[in-house]
Amino acid sequence: MTTLQTVFAKAKADNRAALVGYLPAGFPSKGGDVAAAAALVEAGCDVIEIGLPYSDPLMDGPTIQDAVHRSLVNGTRIADVMRTVEGVAATGAATLVMTYWNPIDKYGADRFARDLANAGGVGTITPDLTPEESEPWRAASAAAGIDTVFLVAPSSTEARIKAVVDCCTGFVYAASLMGVTGARESVNVAAEGLVKRTKAHTDLPVCVGLGVGTGAQAAEVASYADGVIVGSAFIRRILDAPDEAAGRASVTELATDMATGVRR
Amino acid sequence: MANEGTILTAADLAGNGAYGDDPDVHGKFGIFGGRYVPEALIPALDEVAAVYEKAKNDAEFLREFDHLLRTYAGRPTTLTDVPRFSEHAGGARIVLKREDLTHTGAHKINNVLGQALLTKRLGKQRVIAETGAGQHGVATATAAALLGLECVIYMGAVDCERQALNVARMKLLGATVVPVTNGSQTLKDAINEAFRDWVTNVDTTHYLFGTVAGPHPFPEIVRDFARIIGVEARRQMLELTGGLPDAVCAAVGGGSNAIGIFHAFLGDQDVRLHGYEAAGHGLESGEHALTLTAGSVGVLHGSRTYVLQDDEGQTIESHSISAGLDYPGVGPEHAWLKDSGRATYHGVTDDQAMAAFALLSRSEGIIPAIESSHALAGALELGRELGPEATILVNLSGRGDKDMGTAMKYFDL
Repeated sequence: MTTLQTVFAKAKADNRAALVGYLPAGFPSKGGDVAAAAALVEAGCDVIEIGLPYSDPLMDGPTIQDAVHRSLVNGTRIADVMRTVEGVAATGAATLVMTYWNPIDKYGADRFARDLANAGGVGTITPDLTPEESEPWRAASAAAGIDTVFLVAPSSTEARIKAVVDCCTGFVYAASLMGVTGARESVNVAAEGLVKRTKAHTDLPVCVGLGVGTGAQAAEVASYADGVIVGSAFIRRILDAPDEAAGRASVTELATDMATGVRR
Repeated sequence: MANEGTILTAADLAGNGAYGDDPDVHGKFGIFGGRYVPEALIPALDEVAAVYEKAKNDAEFLREFDHLLRTYAGRPTTLTDVPRFSEHAGGARIVLKREDLTHTGAHKINNVLGQALLTKRLGKQRVIAETGAGQHGVATATAAALLGLECVIYMGAVDCERQALNVARMKLLGATVVPVTNGSQTLKDAINEAFRDWVTNVDTTHYLFGTVAGPHPFPEIVRDFARIIGVEARRQMLELTGGLPDAVCAAVGGGSNAIGIFHAFLGDQDVRLHGYEAAGHGLESGEHALTLTAGSVGVLHGSRTYVLQDDEGQTIESHSISAGLDYPGVGPEHAWLKDSGRATYHGVTDDQAMAAFALLSRSEGIIPAIESSHALAGALELGRELGPEATILVNLSGRGDKDMGTAMKYFDL
C-alpha cells in the first residue's frame, strides 16, 4: 500500500508537486470507475480521491453534481465505494475517499474507518466536517491507521487555519477560491497566499483544489503548492465522451498534460 | 429596554432561560445543531452570530424591529375564539393565534424583517433565500423591497410550477427567481443551491435563512425573530381566559412557526406542546414528511437533527400536500425538545389536514393555510382527548389564499 507520506516524500525528492485526481465511485459506471482511475494513475496521478456519492452535495458545482447523480441512480452503495477503493489502491496509487459527513455518521465512524483501511484506503477528505465536530472521526481514523484531511479556505482566519491543520494528517486541502467545485478560466490569486498562510502553521504538505482544469494551471499551482487536485475537469471529459473507452482516452490526455505541468 | 409603548423587549428576543433553551457555544441543543458546513462559510457564520449578538442587546435595533413589526407587519396579531369549530373538538375551547393576519399572510414576515435589518448591520446589500411553497420567498422579496436590498430566491423547478402565483409575486416585488433543476427539484435542493451561491458571494451577500434549521446561528436567530408569536399569545391568553392554555398546537415542517409559539411557554411545565408533521399519504405509504416521528438522527443542511434518510445516510424525498411542510429535515431545537420530552410530535395526513381546512373555512369563515390546517386537525383530536374543560391554543401560521389551486383540485370546486 502506498501511503500519502511516501507519495509526498517522493514528489519532494523529485522536486515537483504531486498530482491528485478525483472521480466519484460508480461513475461512469460500476467497474468503469476503477478503469477510469487506473487511466489517471497510468498517466501520472500520484493520489486518487474516490468520491462517495451523496444526495445533497452542497459544496459541488454542476459537473460533479451530475456525475454523482448518475452514480446514485445506478444504485451505488458504500460497499461499492469500498470495492472501488480496493481496485484503485491495487494500481499503486495512494487512495482516499472524499465524502460529506452524513454517510460516515450513519454507517458508523469506527466501522467506516475500519472498512476503508481494510480496502486499502489511506484516508478521507471530509469537506463539511469542521474541527469542532471532527473529534469522533479523528479518533476512529487514528484507531484504523488512516489519515484525516480537512479544508482551509481563503476566508479562513489564522486561528481557523491553525485549528484545521491541527486536525489534519497526510496533507491539508486548500480550497483555492470561495465557491463550489468546478474548472475555472484561471486559478484564483488567493490560492498562493492561502498556501503561504497555511504553511506558517504546519509542516504537512498543502494541496490546492477547486478550479484547476489545464496543464498550465497545474504548473502554476505546482510552483507554490505540494500537490495539485483536479476533479471536475476529468469528469467533464468523461461526460463529454461518446463512450467509456473514449472517456478514458480523453482523461489520459488531460492527466498527461497535468502530470507534465506539475513537473515543469 | 425598548421604548415605551413598544411590543418588544430584549428579553422577548433573548429567551427566558427557563429550559436551558439557548444553544451552547458551538450552537448545540443537547446533541443537536452545530455546524456541518464547508470551512469557507465559518467566518460568515461567525460574523452573523457576532452581529446578531450585538443587535439583540441594542435598543436601537430593537426599536427598528419593533417599529416594522407594528407599522408594517401589523403586530400584535389578535387571538380568535372559534366556538363553532370547537364543537368538533369535543367541546374543548380552541383559540387561534392569527398569524394569517400579518402582512404577506403568514408568520414568515417576522423572521425576514429581523434578518433584513441584520443584513443592513452586516453591511451587505444582497440577500438570497430558499423557498418551498414560495411563502418565505415572498416574505424575503417583500423585506428586500422595503429595505432596498437586491434579492435572489432559489426555488425548486417543481415548486415553481406548483406555485406559479408566488413566483409572479416575487418577481413583482423585484426579486430574481432561480428555478433549481437538480436533485428532487424541491425545497431541499433549493437550500443546496442557496448555500452554493452563498459560499461564492459571501462578501456581499446574506443568506436569509427561512426556518429554524441549518448551521448555527440560524436556528437561534430565526427562533428569536419568530418568538414574538408566543410572547404575544401567552400575554393575550392570560388576558382572554385568565390562565394559560392546557396545550399549544403548531404545524412542523422546518419548525419556525412552531418554535415561535412554543418558546415562550417552555418554562410553563403544565402547558403541553404539540407539534404536527405532515403524514402525507400515511406512514406506511412511504410518502410523508414525518421527520421527527419516523426519521433518524443525522446531518442535513449543516445541522445535526432528525432526518428522513436511508440506511446509508442518503436523504429520502419527503411528501406533503402542503409545500411548506414538504422537507426531509427539521430544526435541531425540535429534535432536542422531542428527545427531552418537553414537546411531543405527531403526524397528520393530507386528508385529515384538508378536512380541517374545509371545517375552519365553513364553521368560522377563516381559510387557513394547509400547513396550519395540520395543527388544526391535531387540535380537533387533542380536544376530544382532553375534554370540554380544556383550552387549546393553535398557531394559525398563515392564510390559505395561496392554497386555492390545491383546494380546487382536492375538493373539485
